Amino acid sequence: MAELRMREALRDAMAEEMRRDEAVLVMGEDVAVFQGAFKVTEGLLDEFGERRVRDTPISENTIVGAGVGAAMGGLRPIVELMTVNFSLLALDQIVNHAAAIPYMFNGQARVPMVVRMPGGGGHQLGPTHSHSFEALFLQVPGLLVACPSTPADGKALLKTAIRDDNPVIFIEHESLYGTRGEVPEDDGVLRFGEAAIRREGGDVTIVGILKMAHAAAHAAETLAEKHGVEAEVIDPRTLRPLDLDTILESVRKTNRAVIVEEGWPHGGVGANLATLITEQAFDYLDAPVQRVTGADVHMPYSRRLEQAAIPHEEHVVKAALAALEGSI
Amino acid sequence: MADLPDASISYELLARMALIRRFEEEAGRQYQRAKAGGFLHLAIGEEATIVGTTSVMREEDYLIGTYRTHGHAIARGTDPKRVMAELFGRVDGTSGGRGGSMHMFDAERRFMGGYGIVGGNLPIAAGLALSSDFKGEDAVTVCMFGDGASNAGNFGETMNLAALWSLPILFLVENNLYGMGTSVERHSAQTDLSKKAEGYGIPGHRIDGMDVMAVRESVAEGIRLARDERRPTLIEAFTYRYRGHSAADPEVYREREEVEEWREKDPIESFARRCIEAGVLGEREVQAVRDKAEQTVLAAVEFAEASEEPPLDTLYENLYVLDSDAWYAVDERSPEPHRGERESTMPDAARELAEAGAAYAAHDDGPRPNPATHGDAQEGIEPEVAEEIEEAAD
Repeated sequence: MAELRMREALRDAMAEEMRRDEAVLVMGEDVAVFQGAFKVTEGLLDEFGERRVRDTPISENTIVGAGVGAAMGGLRPIVELMTVNFSLLALDQIVNHAAAIPYMFNGQARVPMVVRMPGGGGHQLGPTHSHSFEALFLQVPGLLVACPSTPADGKALLKTAIRDDNPVIFIEHESLYGTRGEVPEDDGVLRFGEAAIRREGGDVTIVGILKMAHAAAHAAETLAEKHGVEAEVIDPRTLRPLDLDTILESVRKTNRAVIVEEGWPHGGVGANLATLITEQAFDYLDAPVQRVTGADVHMPYSRRLEQAAIPHEEHVVKAALAALEGSI
Repeated sequence: MADLPDASISYELLARMALIRRFEEEAGRQYQRAKAGGFLHLAIGEEATIVGTTSVMREEDYLIGTYRTHGHAIARGTDPKRVMAELFGRVDGTSGGRGGSMHMFDAERRFMGGYGIVGGNLPIAAGLALSSDFKGEDAVTVCMFGDGASNAGNFGETMNLAALWSLPILFLVENNLYGMGTSVERHSAQTDLSKKAEGYGIPGHRIDGMDVMAVRESVAEGIRLARDERRPTLIEAFTYRYRGHSAADPEVYREREEVEEWREKDPIESFARRCIEAGVLGEREVQAVRDKAEQTVLAAVEFAEASEEPPLDTLYENLYVLDSDAWYAVDERSPEPHRGERESTMPDAARELAEAGAAYAAHDDGPRPNPATHGDAQEGIEPEVAEEIEEAAD
């Protein structure tokens, strides 16, 4: 085990896979000479050179599209979009092309590409630089969607993503890049579609992703210490495929569920999961599924307002208590 | 004017163009019979641009095109039977009935697809060229697109990337003078499209896209520059589609005389005449080309008619590549039960309710969509209705 920051774990995953497979290359805005806007690609240019670590122009749709073509031509591109926000400029290539091509050409072409992008709010970057679009990509058939919350998961999932033959949307959280954690020093990969149970408990199930996986874990501690409530905390780690089994199994045990995400409430990750739980474990529920989401606004700049628009531990605690009080 | 090639190449060029022409005519007819659905974009009139280009490509070169690419697939060597079957939405189609008219594909012949999003194929072309370059291969990517795509953001972005990275790629604008129903003068501030990439360091020139020999000569040189010198070029080929943008185009934006004027320059007639005048081909051979095209296309229709509809249990096939063992579940909505779904009874109840609702709604005698104009309704069309439509169309 080594203690690494998230950004180092992700960098190691890319470096290891590039050593392992000559077809892996990294491209994106400022990934080479600048070493990545968030320093995730630090050191890659030195080790692998300009052929495999390529700075691109600011042309998101074309960067991703070139990744699609390169993948169809037999390479395994890792495309870094500087932030999730800019992925909106590349949605045509992500949705109409990367996700659709294997299907619409009936399996004659594969798109083994990873599109990495950091998102999330909390840095006073205002409306256009604070998005959480997990739900947007979750909706698209043909994509895989990963959203790691720990350095160990980040490394293992990214290695899996690079080796997988499907297009993967790999969502990172800007606030988690500096987070430290124990990372196995082996060549470990992590299968997509396997949730992690971070804490066991029998009273309420709390599902959180990315930074909200941490909010969920902290809330569980508070619930135990101050309210005598034992929460089970689950981090799905990937949203497509989704380990619904682990979540349903937990809900059947606790009979209560809280879902925590930073994104917008309408059509969100929580909205989707709440529906799945209601459809498939309705008889086990003792209370309505509770959702904790980002506010239904564009992210304000003011620190005071921004913090009010992002979910925090206390919101999760409150939602869990509401689930425990509610009955149907 | 470029010299004619020898008899066998001349015959092949004429045969390919004639086959595409006849195929497209028949595709239009089958569309009117409601055998093909969706949108149908025909390339009648554009055959010289297509065949001239593919005739100077190597097998390992990539070709990527637009939503008007039945002819490109055929020119690249795809069996017309499979192209027709795709139009019919059948299992033997180039994309197994998943893609339709706008999404032809033939990996084996490195025809890397027709694409329904204008300009969407440009960045992908750059990526294909990157893959060849990265692997140290000789292959060149030929990227064809319409005049309308030259206004898409992807155009500038891709030109920049191709020049910046010295990619082995050739861009070819099939300028048929209209982006759907909007003429070049009304859609592009720079009407000389060959100049539109100059600012990115990509030289361009204009050619007569109705002259298969001019296309061959120019494309061969563009491919050479891409292959040997890693220098992208932009060729603007003037061509013309005799038919509307799609089968649903009333053509209010152009005069009948204009169409007639272009028909005078017909790429197939003019090339055949030239071959005969030069003594390279005889009248009999030209007639043989026509007869052969007729037979091939009728056989294609027969094949497509006989090909099966895709089985319903293949609905989810090829959505994901599943052989990489990295994960187990695809989509909780796929037909197979997934972990966590087996014990559930609620969805069944919901489905029963929905089916009951649908059955009730079917009793309503409200207006039904016209199968001739409503793509979704074409499936399962009654034979007598199809005949009526055909009669009305004739």
